[in-house]
Amino acid sequence: MERPTGSDLVNSDQEKLLPGSSSLAILLIVFLSISMLILFSIVRGGVGHVAEGDGGRQAFGPAEISGVEFDGELLPGIEEATTGPDQGEFLVPPPPWSESGYFPCTECHADLDLNPEPRVLEEMHDDIELNHGPSDRWCLDCHNPDDRDVLRLINGRLITFDESYLLCGQCHGTIFRDWRQGIHGRRQGYWNGGKSYLLCAHCHDPHAPAFHAITPLPPPVRPQFLARTAQEEAQEAPHE
Amino acid sequence: MIKDITSFTTGSARIAFKGGPTFYAWIGFLGIVCLWGLAAWWNQFQHGLITTNMRDQVSWAFYIGNFTFLVGVAAAAVMLVIPAYIYNWKPIKEIAIFGELLAVSAIVMSMLFVFVDVGRPDRVWQLMPIIGTPNLPSSLLGWDVMVLNGYLVLNLIIVVHLLYTGFHKRPYNRKFVVPLLLFSIPAAVGIHTVTAFVYAGTAARPFWNSAILAPRFLASAFCSGPAILLILFQILQRTTHIKIKDEAIWKIAELMAYAMFLNLFLFGAEIFREYYSNTHHLIHTQYLYSGVHGHDALVPYAWASLICSVAAFLLFLIPATRTHLVTLNLGCVLIFAGVYIEKGMALVIPGMTPDTLGEFYEYVPTLNEVRIGAGIFAIGFLVFTLLCKMAIPILRDPDSGKAA
Amino acid sequence: MSEKSFDRRTLLVSAGLSTMAGISAAASGKSTGWVERLLKRRFVELSDARREEILTELEEACRVKYGRDDITVTDTPALDGVEFAYGLDLSRCVGCRRCVYSCVHENNQSRDPQIQWIRVLEMKKDHGIDFAESNVYYDPDEVPEPDSFYVPVACQQCRQPACTKVCPVKATWQEPDGIVVIDSDWCLGCRCCMSACPYGARHFNWTEPRIATEEINPDTHIFGNRLRPNGVVEKCTFCIHRTRKGRYPACVEICPVGARKFGNLLDEAGEMRYLMREKRVFVLKEELNTRPRFYYFYAT
Repeated sequence: MERPTGSDLVNSDQEKLLPGSSSLAILLIVFLSISMLILFSIVRGGVGHVAEGDGGRQAFGPAEISGVEFDGELLPGIEEATTGPDQGEFLVPPPPWSESGYFPCTECHADLDLNPEPRVLEEMHDDIELNHGPSDRWCLDCHNPDDRDVLRLINGRLITFDESYLLCGQCHGTIFRDWRQGIHGRRQGYWNGGKSYLLCAHCHDPHAPAFHAITPLPPPVRPQFLARTAQEEAQEAPHE
Repeated sequence: MIKDITSFTTGSARIAFKGGPTFYAWIGFLGIVCLWGLAAWWNQFQHGLITTNMRDQVSWAFYIGNFTFLVGVAAAAVMLVIPAYIYNWKPIKEIAIFGELLAVSAIVMSMLFVFVDVGRPDRVWQLMPIIGTPNLPSSLLGWDVMVLNGYLVLNLIIVVHLLYTGFHKRPYNRKFVVPLLLFSIPAAVGIHTVTAFVYAGTAARPFWNSAILAPRFLASAFCSGPAILLILFQILQRTTHIKIKDEAIWKIAELMAYAMFLNLFLFGAEIFREYYSNTHHLIHTQYLYSGVHGHDALVPYAWASLICSVAAFLLFLIPATRTHLVTLNLGCVLIFAGVYIEKGMALVIPGMTPDTLGEFYEYVPTLNEVRIGAGIFAIGFLVFTLLCKMAIPILRDPDSGKAA
Repeated sequence: MSEKSFDRRTLLVSAGLSTMAGISAAASGKSTGWVERLLKRRFVELSDARREEILTELEEACRVKYGRDDITVTDTPALDGVEFAYGLDLSRCVGCRRCVYSCVHENNQSRDPQIQWIRVLEMKKDHGIDFAESNVYYDPDEVPEPDSFYVPVACQQCRQPACTKVCPVKATWQEPDGIVVIDSDWCLGCRCCMSACPYGARHFNWTEPRIATEEINPDTHIFGNRLRPNGVVEKCTFCIHRTRKGRYPACVEICPVGARKFGNLLDEAGEMRYLMREKRVFVLKEELNTRPRFYYFYAT
């Protein structure tokens, strides 16, 4: 076995080069160069690839999004409902279709004959898709036949459209209860004070109440593309 | 007294910077790498950590991996004093001093790695007691900073005392040095344990949240630290008067084989638990060793590390290869590579991939990160070279104290 | 040798930055000297007068940097007898991400590079809740997709937060009303808390945050949506600037399906207590014993 021992290398010169044949020197050089090669190949490879067509390449902010009201105003009266004399009251915005030109219904219906027969509507209201519960559901189950400006509960009580939730609550009892407690539906305002509720019909079309699919806002930017702008900037500004 | 100190300072500085062309070439090379890294750090300082590839998904990576590895080196370098005592290796003072010097340099490097990793380097003073607000006892990083600084100071005191007395050709104060030296051994275990606890205490990252992480850290450190020292001893044997007995080197290699066995055993225990129980937590290990859903950036390195470690274990286990210079050195290099990959890449990154919400972001360092890392290693080597340079001629004098 | 350069670098850096910070003081004409500035303490340890001064300085700094003089920085304290909690109805959420952008709009996150505090995970109905199979980058034409459901995740405001105990400099803590906050002027940027958080709720400013002047929400809180510097961690604070004044968080109000609920846990009659009585709630990763104040439930 060949191995240089301490006594073989008696010298006082501290600066003496390592013997050229030393396995150590060769190994170290090989090791260093291999590790450098590996490191640089890793770096050049870059971070994980993102498949073509996958979302999350671009950073969107709320300013680029149209059709969503981020600065929504509270209903007037919320402050009074928090501190004023009306404290504890829940506010509700006017029911849908209030200002659509349909209301008041009696403007037309007062002069029309009553036809309780279920049928396909052709002259008016042909845009209404009726898809709510049992197939024999018909308009006059809810709308009061004698005065179309109000709704009619099962017990015969007449209510305005502002109170339509009472009508919905006849069947949807648990959800009605949740809604009154603020567990169902959207509310705005003060968690410890005045707040506004929405009526069932604000979110659910009463004639076809199932929720419609909506367009999602853009996905977050992937980590691979987070630095895009900043890196461009760094390249523009020559460092040192 | 003051005259003694000034003569020591100027004298050792003169020794440290006096050398032949090879020495200056080496220093110059390190200096250039330093500057290269410093330029990269300046770039990072100006633009923020966005110059790295770390993101919210993988928020610790290359820097912290290197930090962990170097804490291990620092710990193991001093732990080598234990067998030196037990087996009564003759140049024990030399082994101890070079261990301490390596520890000092490694601690400096590891602290620099933490320094470059934080987002607000202007606020690191807040970690210090009294002037800052260290969140003790609950923060393990807070503890880690404390013990690392303490360990650095401890080692510096020992080294400076030995060198100072050596320089003035006085015997060193055994009553002072030996207790400190003995204390530095549990302290070495301590720093690496605390560093392991930084990871092991993180319940959110199941890959790290393992009771045997600290023992694994110690076992693997006991391989990598001595590997560096073995190579250093051979260089010293050839280039200086310092004689380190071959038997001592072989004995260290044998101990490294045991440490590597322990390391591999603990690793196997971890692997068994992961794969046999086959819970959701397995995904990190799978990402490391086989890749998940085509995410396999780390797979070659994980296997390379394992192969290096096993090969080195076999080389050090068999007496014939352990005592043969070529295979011995090959083993050292393999161990170093194996442990470096294991700590630097295969610990931190898979712990964070996939992230806590299941997202895969395959991290690899940027050139800027690698440059900063290289710069820090250059600083560490520079410190170590200069410290060794000071120590060697002082140790040369046979009158400068008798070792235990 | 190197410790020296380390120290010197640190000193230079802190000196440089404190000079930069001093500009705002000079502009506001405060008498605070640079020594006091260098030896600054955490905001919560300061006297009321000094806090007031710092808030004014922050407002002044915003004025200088963004050219807006309507930005207010407050330190509204927690209300007595209030512990906030959040409810999220998974049977309602459609994954439309309105909450994500409303949160960004409200809380002054950096627009580019993008920071979002809410991450909406798409999960497959045939897997159930399974983070490993989740996808945050879903982008179909319409949501909800029939085979998917959606789990929005933000800070869970844990009772035993894993993030606050690991912070090495006490820069993050839990307030009396349960909100976990960060002091952006004290955060070191070590990201220990990001490693510790099991919900990916903490986000880092990898570079100088960028937000257009006109997009800034001027109503800010020092521990919440104030404009943050580079190199610090930030997170959801239940819209601390709103909720401490009684308002609902922005994400609650924007949610088009009303899936998000918020209230005072100590109020027997409040909606959170009702929710927890009448519905069956669960928390994410309950095995980690972080005990979140963020409850998921299925109302139907």
